[in-house]
Amino acid sequence: MPSLKALRNRINSVKSTQKITSAMKMVAASKLRRAQAQAEAAQPYADRMERMLRALAASMADQPGGGAHPLLSGTGRDQKHLIVSVTADRGLAGGFNANASRAARNLVRRLQGEGKQVQLIAIGRKGRDFLRREYSDRLIDNPMHGGKKRPEFSDAELVSGVIQERLAKGEVDVVTLVYNRFVGVMTQVPTELRLVPMAPDEPAAEKREDERASYEFEPDEDEILARLLPRALSIQIWQAMLDNEAGFYAAQMTAMDGATRNAGDMIKRLTLNYNRARQANITSELVEIISGAEAV
Amino acid sequence: MPVSLEIVSPEKLLVAQAVDMVVIPASEGDIGVLPEHSPMIVLLRGGEVILYEGEQVTARFFVTGGFAEITEERCTVLADTAEPSSSIDRAAGERQLQEATRELAEAERAGNLDGLAPIMERVQVAQAIVDLGPAQ
Repeated sequence: MPSLKALRNRINSVKSTQKITSAMKMVAASKLRRAQAQAEAAQPYADRMERMLRALAASMADQPGGGAHPLLSGTGRDQKHLIVSVTADRGLAGGFNANASRAARNLVRRLQGEGKQVQLIAIGRKGRDFLRREYSDRLIDNPMHGGKKRPEFSDAELVSGVIQERLAKGEVDVVTLVYNRFVGVMTQVPTELRLVPMAPDEPAAEKREDERASYEFEPDEDEILARLLPRALSIQIWQAMLDNEAGFYAAQMTAMDGATRNAGDMIKRLTLNYNRARQANITSELVEIISGAEAV
Repeated sequence: MPVSLEIVSPEKLLVAQAVDMVVIPASEGDIGVLPEHSPMIVLLRGGEVILYEGEQVTARFFVTGGFAEITEERCTVLADTAEPSSSIDRAAGERQLQEATRELAEAERAGNLDGLAPIMERVQVAQAIVDLGPAQ
């Protein structure tokens, strides 16, 4: 049985840990609210942009031969892959970063197994550290400036710029984004999203757009598409960054909630042990006193 | 029947309201959008989106480019960045104009024709800021 002092110290240390985890939980909860608000605010732009892309695609479909933009149709090859992994910068969020990083690593392994060339961009420090261990030679420098408090759209544009540059040089054929999709506070699902060539729209939505009057374009379709597609790429990366941000705080909140509860259980158990030990001490002291008195 | 106008930037939805008329800075000249406008998708240049209530201007927003979708009943502006014109920093615009003009000259001298388009765009945006005139 450990001494009373040792138990007391242990209880105190667990208590202070609990204070930290419960404070972190509260901070994460408030940051989650903010991140969710930011993600919600970005939704309208993405929705409107998709509507425009569909209208454009519908119009381009009528005229043959037009609009084979590399972002939309790819390079026609499937050899050189670029994987963009999105994770958080910090940890203490349960399996959040590990899940997304592992999903990226599994994708790399699968592609390599198929004999493809793979390059990697890691957004987020945790994922970068993870992927660097195995694939340091395949990692492209992330153009983002670190140390930002919250995601900024300009960062997404930087990454999108790197992708376009490599695409134009023919160094990349297919681009896949791997990130944690924010489903809810309790669930974030590691998701692969193909960025290039852009995934085709669901046909149901296109039908609805067909009933609409056809649009006039100024300047012509090709030029608008050439501007719209890079933007759409940035938006997809941007949304992944926002999902990642919200998911990270949700995961951290959940993890810290669990840690706080575990600390509570531990304190309860230790206190019980402590009281038992104290009682045992008192009893044995009493026994000594009584037997001492009897001996007189 | 008014036009339902939306101005959206990647960060957020700035404006969602009904207006009688809105003027948008399309790449090939301003377009005034009234109800029943024929459907269009246009590219934007740097300039002001001006909201009208009757004959009165109710608000002005400066956009640095983007796209707009016009249909008979709505006008959606997808701006690269958008701010109320009153909060645009004119002095910074002046500086940007000088800087961009200098870069343009350098690029022309270097014969870097591929790189010209984005710089020319920046010159245009900066010029548009300078042309805004003093804040009301």
